Amino acid sequence: MKTLIKGGRVVDPSQDLDQISDVLIEDGVVAQIAGSIDAGDATVVDANGLVVCPGLIDMHVHLREPGREDEETIATGARAAIAGGFTSIACMPNTEPVIEGDEGVKFVLAKAQDANLARVYPVAAISKGLKGETLAEIGTAMKAGAVGVSDDGRPVESSALMRRTLEYVKMSGGPVFAHCEDLSLSAGGVMNEGRMSTLLGLKGMPPESESVMVARDIMLTGLTRSRLHVCHVSTGRSFSFIKDGKTSGVDVTCEVTPHHFALTDEAVRTYDTNAKMNPPLRSERDMGAVRQALRSGLVDAIATDHAPHSTEEKDQEFNSAPFGVVGLETALGLACTCLYHEGIVSLSALIRLMSTNPAGILGLTQGTLKQGSPGDVTVFDPDREWTVDPARFQSKSRNSPFSDWKLKGRAVSVIVGGRVLLRDGELS
Amino acid sequence: MKFERKDLLGLEELSRGEIEFILETAGSFVEISERPIKKVPVLRGLTVVNLFSEPSTRTRISFELAEKRLSADTVNITASSSSVVKGETLKDTAKNIEAMNIDMLVVRHNAPGAPHYLADVLHCPVINAGDGPHEHPTQALLDLLTVKQKRGTFEGLNVTIIGDILHSRVARSDIWGFTKLGAAVTVCGPPTLIPPDIESTGVTVSYDLEEVIPRSDILMLLRIQTERLKECFFPSIREYSDFFGLDSAKLERAKPDVLIMHPGPLNRGVEITPEVADGPRSVILDQVRYGLAVRMAVLYLLSGGELKSEDSD
Amino acid sequence: MTKREKAQIMDSDDIARAITRIAHQILERNRGASDLILVGIRTRGAPLAERIAKSMESIEGSEIPVGILDITLYRDDLQLVSKQPVVGKTDIPAGVDGKVVVLIDDVLFTGRTIRAAMDEIMDFGRPKGMQLAVLIDRGHREVPIRADYVGKNVPTSAKEIISVALKEHDGADKVSVEELVQ
Repeated sequence: MKTLIKGGRVVDPSQDLDQISDVLIEDGVVAQIAGSIDAGDATVVDANGLVVCPGLIDMHVHLREPGREDEETIATGARAAIAGGFTSIACMPNTEPVIEGDEGVKFVLAKAQDANLARVYPVAAISKGLKGETLAEIGTAMKAGAVGVSDDGRPVESSALMRRTLEYVKMSGGPVFAHCEDLSLSAGGVMNEGRMSTLLGLKGMPPESESVMVARDIMLTGLTRSRLHVCHVSTGRSFSFIKDGKTSGVDVTCEVTPHHFALTDEAVRTYDTNAKMNPPLRSERDMGAVRQALRSGLVDAIATDHAPHSTEEKDQEFNSAPFGVVGLETALGLACTCLYHEGIVSLSALIRLMSTNPAGILGLTQGTLKQGSPGDVTVFDPDREWTVDPARFQSKSRNSPFSDWKLKGRAVSVIVGGRVLLRDGELS
Repeated sequence: MKFERKDLLGLEELSRGEIEFILETAGSFVEISERPIKKVPVLRGLTVVNLFSEPSTRTRISFELAEKRLSADTVNITASSSSVVKGETLKDTAKNIEAMNIDMLVVRHNAPGAPHYLADVLHCPVINAGDGPHEHPTQALLDLLTVKQKRGTFEGLNVTIIGDILHSRVARSDIWGFTKLGAAVTVCGPPTLIPPDIESTGVTVSYDLEEVIPRSDILMLLRIQTERLKECFFPSIREYSDFFGLDSAKLERAKPDVLIMHPGPLNRGVEITPEVADGPRSVILDQVRYGLAVRMAVLYLLSGGELKSEDSD
Repeated sequence: MTKREKAQIMDSDDIARAITRIAHQILERNRGASDLILVGIRTRGAPLAERIAKSMESIEGSEIPVGILDITLYRDDLQLVSKQPVVGKTDIPAGVDGKVVVLIDDVLFTGRTIRAAMDEIMDFGRPKGMQLAVLIDRGHREVPIRADYVGKNVPTSAKEIISVALKEHDGADKVSVEELVQ
């Protein structure tokens, strides 16, 4: 089977490529990139005037299966990923039951194979049942195909357990994904602590509840000479610690979410529960720090922290509504609108953040269009204007704070292993 | 001037003109409670529901009395009797209220923003009777009316609010009200109970009550909840009273015409000593009296029908 | 739409004469001023009550109690208007029990205002009697109410507007008939 992507601007940061070329995928892998390739019997995808890049990878999503299939399943999540321009996603283990050991990992992989859409890579639990008490079978999970371990949503409170985890995971090579939050500092909080929480009378979570844990985890990573990936960084102080860690040779990477570079806690003013997530939307100053860290190259990846919730659950008073927003189908548009068109990152840097780097952190062979690498390609139009309408999401959930936003930038075609799953904006 | 809002949710969104108009209207309602027959027919035939999902005696009674003096039919739904505690969602509560075809809703809820949620989904006017630590607009309006009746003006007045500012909806509404009307507001309490960035609302922060007393025209004391002790906001009631409780000794340094206010209920001997609470400078009972007039005024102003084009007058 | 004046029907002297006449009539009918309370209905009934009281005082030599009544809360059309009208202060000086209350208003039209005023007075006590004095009676009653003292009867069409201007409120004394023009 051959697929030919014709006439696009091929941008591949892994080989410093930025030129008009054709890309030929044969038998699921990239076969050739050249000025003009004869189509022959290949399926042709027209990319004229569009950007062609290694398939986008969202390394942080929540798919709710098993347990809350009413909010999202592995299949609907993988479908939403394709609609948003992602060819691979990594899903977090906080499901019911928790994804741990080989059983959980194999379940996710099997479901993903059935769906046969975007590739789904499970991240397994650090502690049994995410309870933060004893280690889950990390080695078994990694051997079965997990791409990392995390207690995401529930930070590892015990410094001793975090140290053990960082040490133990070295034998499997995967990173520890850290949701950094000092629970005693953030206890009861429902939004960022600051002027806005004061005005609204809502309990705040200080930015420092994140930063102190970032500092701890980086120090423990240095101590154990392990690998740490800091999830959804939202504060300026956290970036200072990450920068310090990187400079001093600690193997630490980090990601930021679109909502943290697109919104501030001002969005909570109307008690909109779709603006409630953890880490919370921060101040103007911290949003500026996120953008600055993107500009300076300190940030390694953009990840959505896609967290589907039913309308019922979100449609209540702010204090009672669950944390989280969906993001798979708005991430590329927001990245183009708020970062690329604002001059904060170049197109090549954007692709590095959304494909090349995530692949590297997860240890995947994607994230590049080098000959022989998986035939995962995203074709997008950075200038296409569209209006966000959650009712039209492929995701099962609608909890987006970006409803009615006018965005500039959208996926046009998505190819996974040579199969065209999104063509001209339409799912096949 | 006319009051154009459907709901009264907080003082933050009100303009100075709107606040002054409510106070002026409330001034006209003071006299009604002094008549032999303390009742006017203005809300005859209208049903007002008081939904209190949090214990409250004086605010609920004040609203209920105001409603009855305006001839409205009233229904009280309190936490113990309503399904709010049985796990019914706010949305279902709202739908049930709507189905009863009531004319106005007064709501007290422990979640900030709950009245805003109800105001959004309900067609009838919604009055916020306190939403968590967010706002308590009628309390602030009655505080303002009390000061207006006693002092005539707000310009140049120094208002000091003392105590647990962090958890106080009264403090937030009072800050908006007094600053909008031209008074200078100082908040005073232990640093643990001062909310972050409160200065951005235009207030001054002090941790030293003795230092602010001499320049204060109004001393507004807030009730201190003993639960805060367990959460380590301060070490003991004794230490709190020593630093932030108002007693005769501290009051000696106050201006002779200072007004002592308290939204109630009082913790006698904690934030205020009995001789100060019952002393000549205390206007605490005037606050209760004016509370009734303010709530009558708000109920009256919000009871207008839907906007019609052929509207005369 | 704007208002256009069709005719002036009373000037300042006419109004003064009418007030003097009403003052005499009230005193004559009640055989003096004892037990009388004049209650002006907001807004323009209030200054009229003050003027009539002053006139009565100059004739009789004794002080006449004057009150102000705001009937907004007793109106029967509040559910019909979109936003609530401004409520003024009501101030009834002494008890009304056993007194004769003379209600005073500028224009008697449908009679509904007077109905509301009577209801409100009843909530203040049980007067011995109630009487009504108006500067203008323009007809078109919707309830069975009539004035005891009238400054001037002015037959009007329902579309016309009677505009009463008084020094205390409007800077000058004048009564005119107006109509709405497109």
